[in-house]
Amino acid sequence: MDLQIFALLAQDGITNGAVYALLALALVLVFAVTRVIWVPSGEFLAYGTLTLAGLQLGKASGIAGMLAVMAVVAALMEVAKAIRQRETRHLARSLAWWAGAPLAIAGTLHLVAPMQPPFVVQILLTLTAVTALGPLFYRIAYQPIAEASVLVLLIVSVALHFALLGLGLWFFGAEGSRTPPFTSASYEWGGIRVSGQSLLVVATSLALIVALALFFNRTLYGRALRATAVNRVGARLAGISPTFAGTLTFTLGALVCAFCGVLIGPITTVYYDSGFLVSLKGFVAAIIGGLASYPIAAAGALLVGLLEAFSSYWASAFKEVIVFTLIIPVLLWRSLTTHHHEDEE
Amino acid sequence: MKLTWSTVVLAAFLAVLVGVPILAPQFWVTLGNYIGLYSIVALGLVLLTGVAGQTSFGQAAFVGLGAYTTAYLTTRYGTSPWLTLFVGLAITALVALALGFITLRMKGHYLPLATIAWGISLSFLFGNLEFLDGHTGMTGIPSLAIGGLELRNERSIYFLIWAIALAALWGTGNLLDSRPGRAIRSLRGGFEMAESFGVDGARLKIVVFVYAALLACISGWLYAHLQRFVNPTPFSIIAGIEYLFMAVVGGAGSVWGAVVGATLITLLKQVLQDVLPQLLGRSGNFEMIVFGALLIVLLQRARDGVWPWIERLLPRAPPLPVRAAEPLPVRHYAAQDGALLEVRAARKTFGGLIAVNDISFDIRHGEILGLIGPNGAGKSTTFGLISGALPLTSGDVVFRGRSIGSRPPFEIARRGIGRTFQHVKLIPTMSVLDNVALGGYLRGRAGVLRAALRLDRREEARVRAEAARQIERVGLGAHMYDAAGSLPLGQQRIVEIARVLACDPTLLLLDEPAAGLRYLEKQELAKLLRTLKSEGMTILLVEHDMDFVMGVTDRLVVMVFGEKLAEGLPAEIQRNPAVREAYLGGV
Repeated sequence: MDLQIFALLAQDGITNGAVYALLALALVLVFAVTRVIWVPSGEFLAYGTLTLAGLQLGKASGIAGMLAVMAVVAALMEVAKAIRQRETRHLARSLAWWAGAPLAIAGTLHLVAPMQPPFVVQILLTLTAVTALGPLFYRIAYQPIAEASVLVLLIVSVALHFALLGLGLWFFGAEGSRTPPFTSASYEWGGIRVSGQSLLVVATSLALIVALALFFNRTLYGRALRATAVNRVGARLAGISPTFAGTLTFTLGALVCAFCGVLIGPITTVYYDSGFLVSLKGFVAAIIGGLASYPIAAAGALLVGLLEAFSSYWASAFKEVIVFTLIIPVLLWRSLTTHHHEDEE
Repeated sequence: MKLTWSTVVLAAFLAVLVGVPILAPQFWVTLGNYIGLYSIVALGLVLLTGVAGQTSFGQAAFVGLGAYTTAYLTTRYGTSPWLTLFVGLAITALVALALGFITLRMKGHYLPLATIAWGISLSFLFGNLEFLDGHTGMTGIPSLAIGGLELRNERSIYFLIWAIALAALWGTGNLLDSRPGRAIRSLRGGFEMAESFGVDGARLKIVVFVYAALLACISGWLYAHLQRFVNPTPFSIIAGIEYLFMAVVGGAGSVWGAVVGATLITLLKQVLQDVLPQLLGRSGNFEMIVFGALLIVLLQRARDGVWPWIERLLPRAPPLPVRAAEPLPVRHYAAQDGALLEVRAARKTFGGLIAVNDISFDIRHGEILGLIGPNGAGKSTTFGLISGALPLTSGDVVFRGRSIGSRPPFEIARRGIGRTFQHVKLIPTMSVLDNVALGGYLRGRAGVLRAALRLDRREEARVRAEAARQIERVGLGAHMYDAAGSLPLGQQRIVEIARVLACDPTLLLLDEPAAGLRYLEKQELAKLLRTLKSEGMTILLVEHDMDFVMGVTDRLVVMVFGEKLAEGLPAEIQRNPAVREAYLGGV
């Protein structure tokens, strides 16, 4: 292996690692606040890429259709809840929120997509649309059983993962998509070629991480989520509604995943079912961080990206085996350096 | 045997089981075979996930180990399938031991995530190893033969599959209703309580993990000889997830949940694959959408799965009565002069905070010693240092002349020290009798195998009789078969005392036993403690209630700010000006 190849692989690894780091961030956030191990995060990522690819062709029927269907389901659930509780005062507001807003986004997409707006607008539309799915699926799948055990929430996650795979095939079709690169520029430093694309991915990931850090440290809502993550009951007593915290968390989580989808689109061809394996690598990173620490998870993500890049060079057939087996020594190390063994219920 | 509802239901189930291969068309026999295979795996998950609270997505990989081991050995070396079963079991046990050792020592959600990772890498490995024929898979696996009878077709192997499934069902059911079973049920939500009765929690968790892995391996072995072909697909992470689905949807708290879940998921998938395309006139991934949506709705309606819901429809079986049995052996220990337990300059710091500052005192044979002090004095920390719940920073605790400082709680329990908890730790769904019987853990010997094979009944009867005796003794005989969680808090505290008595301790550590008790209950408790003392028991009492403490103890140790302020007879302590100041403030 010469320096050229090494640099190329390292660049690949860091680029992918940046995306895994974002995913790991979303997973840690969602788990800490809601105790949901968010298996379907990968589908949100795939939806992000596929939506952007659709917009490139002037089509938005997939994501608009999905938003419309989910808005109707959520609205029906709100109506059923209102009837069950004989409480219709807030119904208009919740219908506007759960059905009105997503339908408005779907309508906008439907109108704007054929006009083939500029790339940046397409990206913004993609982020808005996929992000809107986050709270919708939280409302439909998780909110009714938000107090259930981690295990039940996990099983619901997996069931939702299956449903989203099916929905993805239905709305986006079986073909894979790739989006055009954000930039074709490339730079050379000391004989090493660095693509502008990679730089852009790493820079945007870092920017998003910093933005999220500011959100959690400086804003009231961010602090409310952190409080919920530390102590659910305490946060509730302090007036932070768990439903609100969950909805906000899933909105943020979906945004981060959609972002990942946009970033990964030019790097690899994405199919409706590509997300699972990508999100699992985010999981490996999150586990390295103990599902609690953001900086260690980000470092883990970088490690996963590099390991993947180099093992695809040396032993491409065993790439996945190597990446997923990595977790065992990491766990061993964590298991030998921590003492507590009380389980959470 | 009296004809009860449960026997009728059981008989109907067995009749259907036997009827299917004889009467039903091939299609149903195939489904029956798969339901049997899946039930065996799901059973392991009931024990591991539903009962012991450890989630695993990696069961499909263990199924794969069993299947690939027999596929490789029978096709390449012509080894007898009956031999490869044991080779497969040995390999699975080794892998499960190693994985369990790594992941089970940690907090709850490491195991599920680690098993996802291990499930994925193993199925990729099956697909990429050339000697296992990669993704094409291995063909030509011989069929099983019993004596001269070859189990060539699906109808004949059906009986073997279900014989094994029923045996696993019977054995796992037995296991749950036994000495190790009670300990396994107590693992949920941390081992602190189980360890105080001598259960080595970490070891037991690993045993359960290996048990579940072995069941999965047997299922894989059967699968290989049923299909006579293996490829990596059925052992992928998706399959691992589906096994967990079965256990949770069926009801992971009961062995029958495994069968119900395996049946439900298998039939549901079959129906969706057959019916939906006909209904919609096209095939697509609609079955996945409906499957996912149905499961979400089901879990939203019935979090505990389907079986508890079925169980409610069936009449309840009366509890098994306690029969008279030979009493358990009692620890013989002659009281001597001097200290039974010595606390020697014990210190505990949390970061910069000195919670217990070089405290020393003795507990003498046959006395009731009270440890009192204002809030935050370090009483509970001292209690934790003696019981092993907390390791010492420095100093030592000596019991009967031997150091027990910083030993794990289960070892301290084995030396003859029993404890209760400030916040009651009972298993709320288990009967009072079973909860108290858990206290007798150290006085029995039955292990997992003996319990599963029902060879423990003699000992079990003795443990139950002892538990019943202790329950009568503390005056809760009327509630013996009630769920422990249904009793009021005061009575739950008394159940804890009965439970700790069932472990026949030499020294009893009671952490605020009178908290939450009513006046009459306190008087009863005081009487019980005096009776125990008269029988030679030594007791350490940490308590807030002064009237209670003054009335029942022989001596008192007063702590303030992590240090010993005074020590003496209750009357002396009451007159001690320093103690009065600590409690009432400067006068």
